[in-house]
Amino acid sequence: MTALITAEQVSYSYPQQGMVLDQASLSLYAGEKVSLEGSNGAGKTTLFNLLVGLNKPKAGKIIAFGKERLVEADFIEVRSRAGFLFQDPDDQLFCPTVLEDVAFGPMNQGKTAEEAKTISLEVLDCLGMAGFEERVTHQLSGGEKRLITLASVLAMKPEVLLLDEPSNALDKDARIRLIEVLQSLSQAMIIISHEPSFLDALVTRRTRLEGGKVLDV
Amino acid sequence: MPQFLEHSMTSWRGQEVEHAASIVDQFDPRARIITALVFAIVIVFSKTLWLPFLGLLLAFGFALSASLHLKRTMRRVIAMDMFVVLMIIMLPFTMDGTPLFHVFGFAASEEGFIKAIGIALKANAVVLTLLALVGTLEASVLGHALARLSVPEKLVHLLLFTVRYLDVISREYKSMRKAMKARAFVARNNLHTWRSFGYLIGMLLVRSLERSERIYAAMKCRGYCGKLYLFDTMQWQTRDTALIASAVVFSVFAIFSGAYAT
Repeated sequence: MTALITAEQVSYSYPQQGMVLDQASLSLYAGEKVSLEGSNGAGKTTLFNLLVGLNKPKAGKIIAFGKERLVEADFIEVRSRAGFLFQDPDDQLFCPTVLEDVAFGPMNQGKTAEEAKTISLEVLDCLGMAGFEERVTHQLSGGEKRLITLASVLAMKPEVLLLDEPSNALDKDARIRLIEVLQSLSQAMIIISHEPSFLDALVTRRTRLEGGKVLDV
Repeated sequence: MPQFLEHSMTSWRGQEVEHAASIVDQFDPRARIITALVFAIVIVFSKTLWLPFLGLLLAFGFALSASLHLKRTMRRVIAMDMFVVLMIIMLPFTMDGTPLFHVFGFAASEEGFIKAIGIALKANAVVLTLLALVGTLEASVLGHALARLSVPEKLVHLLLFTVRYLDVISREYKSMRKAMKARAFVARNNLHTWRSFGYLIGMLLVRSLERSERIYAAMKCRGYCGKLYLFDTMQWQTRDTALIASAVVFSVFAIFSGAYAT
């Protein structure tokens, strides 16, 4: 079975911090829910950025959906097939209303306004957020923002999900809700999290980023 | 900075002016913006005193029909009137004309007085109308309406992004400010205070810049290629046409009444 998305021996360094990733390798196969753990500043988010081409590796290869991806133009397709959920929902929700935000991805994929609207309403309904479409994004609660950002990623019908600390700053109820939603999704996903209980409920395989390398746990 | 001033500078959440549901809400946002614009132009260019006065009466009418929250509206109008009061005090002494009275040997001219009263009337009429017709729109609806009125896309995007992130930035400012207070920081007039505020503002800029980079990355992840898509449910109705028509009738009346003749 070939992996959906693979980082092969990738290295990355920031100017002042030295080597963050040192020949790290990680593969994600269909149907898997993989955790990516590790201490603060270990380079977890950086690895995600490399996978969708927001940063380019100093060494190593990114192989996504059967092809090696090198330049910005290659990654445009990757980004539309691998949904990246950012750590801070405020970074992701930039449109005035919920509907516009969720429909932003589909519109960029070339859907018509009507199609994008239908998809968005479906996804919102799936996540139990029906009736939120007219709400103003910056007036939502933390838990609501999280689910809306997830909806805005799912609306693009990705095959892979990259979730960067999705349970961050959520209260108990919102967390249980998020776990239920993520359990119901069929996409393969990599989840960055520091919460053992959250990961226990979800993942099928655990990895840990340490000393610039991805280790199996 | 006094607490209430700091609060009003940093606590804007993109909401409309507080008001009870009113007849104004039933008009299309575009009609309200155009009407307010036409009204402002008609009033501001007037050379007589009676037209701005009539305008102020009309503005009170708008404010009443928008059922604006009295206290909050007053606070906003008074904020502007502070500048107007300063001008009313200065203008009579800086304009030439028939002296009305003298203060410490400086003559206060009648023309200056009339001019100052005219400006005060105009400013209040326009601000009150804006608060009643445009201020009662939620900021994001205002952005949508401007986009529909073919205001350049870039300006609309700037407005919408400002609406979206002003609150986020103000939250960051407040949390840093609280963290300073928690470590016993009290603003005084000394180097330490000025340096600390410098750090605060500098840090706010750095954080905003980093956030803007993350937002851009998030947009790229969803396939952004230079275009935002706006959805809205605005519907132009007969009463909106009627509102515009009455604004036009008012301006024609103003032109033929000779209010712009020198």
